[in-house]
Amino acid sequence: MSTEAGSQPVYARACASRRAAFAAGMRDSIGSPALVLGASFVGFGSLLRELDISLWLGYLSIVITWALPAQVATIEMFARDAPLVAVFIAVALINFRFLPMTVAMMPLLRQPGGRAWRLYLLAHFVAVTTWVLVMLRGPEMPPDQRRPYFWGGVAMVIPAALGGTTLGYVVAGAVPPQVTHGMIFLNPVFFMLVLLVDLRQRARVYSLLLGAALGPLLHALTPTWGLLLAGLIGGTAAFLADRALSARGLRRG
Amino acid sequence: MAEVISPLVIVILVGALASYMWRALGVALSGRIDPDGPVVRWVACVAYAVLAALIARMILLPVGSLADVPVASRLLAAGVALGAFYLARRHLPLGVAAGGAALTLLSYWT
Repeated sequence: MSTEAGSQPVYARACASRRAAFAAGMRDSIGSPALVLGASFVGFGSLLRELDISLWLGYLSIVITWALPAQVATIEMFARDAPLVAVFIAVALINFRFLPMTVAMMPLLRQPGGRAWRLYLLAHFVAVTTWVLVMLRGPEMPPDQRRPYFWGGVAMVIPAALGGTTLGYVVAGAVPPQVTHGMIFLNPVFFMLVLLVDLRQRARVYSLLLGAALGPLLHALTPTWGLLLAGLIGGTAAFLADRALSARGLRRG
Repeated sequence: MAEVISPLVIVILVGALASYMWRALGVALSGRIDPDGPVVRWVACVAYAVLAALIARMILLPVGSLADVPVASRLLAAGVALGAFYLARRHLPLGVAAGGAALTLLSYWT
């Protein structure tokens, strides 16, 4: 419904009802988004098996974290006996992207007179897969149908994540160790390639190169803080280099 | 039930808190901060560098039995993943599958 007097905006993807919008959200994520997401959790499941961590703790981690890189980082740092402070800072840095993502998405979902706690609950499930769908399709839908649409997507991708994790956990315990090695290796390979999908921003490229180079070096110096130092030094250097180059006008002439 | 409140559960809770706080802050600050501002861009750079450092560490200095596979095999498998990814015009599932398969084969080899 429109609040503007007189003019009814036309939405290209208006559904018959909020329930239909929920179903549309499910439909739009049932194919490639849910499959790719589920497959990416196979590596997480095999990592749990490898480190002798129960599947239930894996499920807990999925539901309360809902961010695969953070979940893998948490488990990896636990296996290295990292202090809690280091885990907190590392995960906070890795997941910082949720702040601008949520900020960008809220204007689509906020409704006059809507209850705030609903948005705070919904925000917990902000992650790349559902975020992309809502940012893409949301503007074409009436405002009151966007949240059901988002929840429809969430209802598809969470079972996919739990299923992928279960599959990885079960299979990794039943196959020869060489295959298990390959399955655990899916974790770093997946993150590496995900980061390479979109390299249009120069600052990102510099950050990746510097972080990858400094990570193992600083880990050798200080296993506890190496990861964070590599991020802070590499990321800051990349940011400053990008700014300096932009100021010199190398980007836009 | 003492096992349930293990150190790992506490670590998982800390990781979850560090993830949710940004989402909650995003709801609270929406409309009041610029998602493309310099501070956001700087921290985003740091986030990319932390992830890259984590990935490099997981490949070069892994925890668990992956450490039994020679480092040359791990690097080669990562190279195969990169090659397949770019040859298939940035096809993510294909690149990831190629990397896992290559490491399994190399791990039989050595």
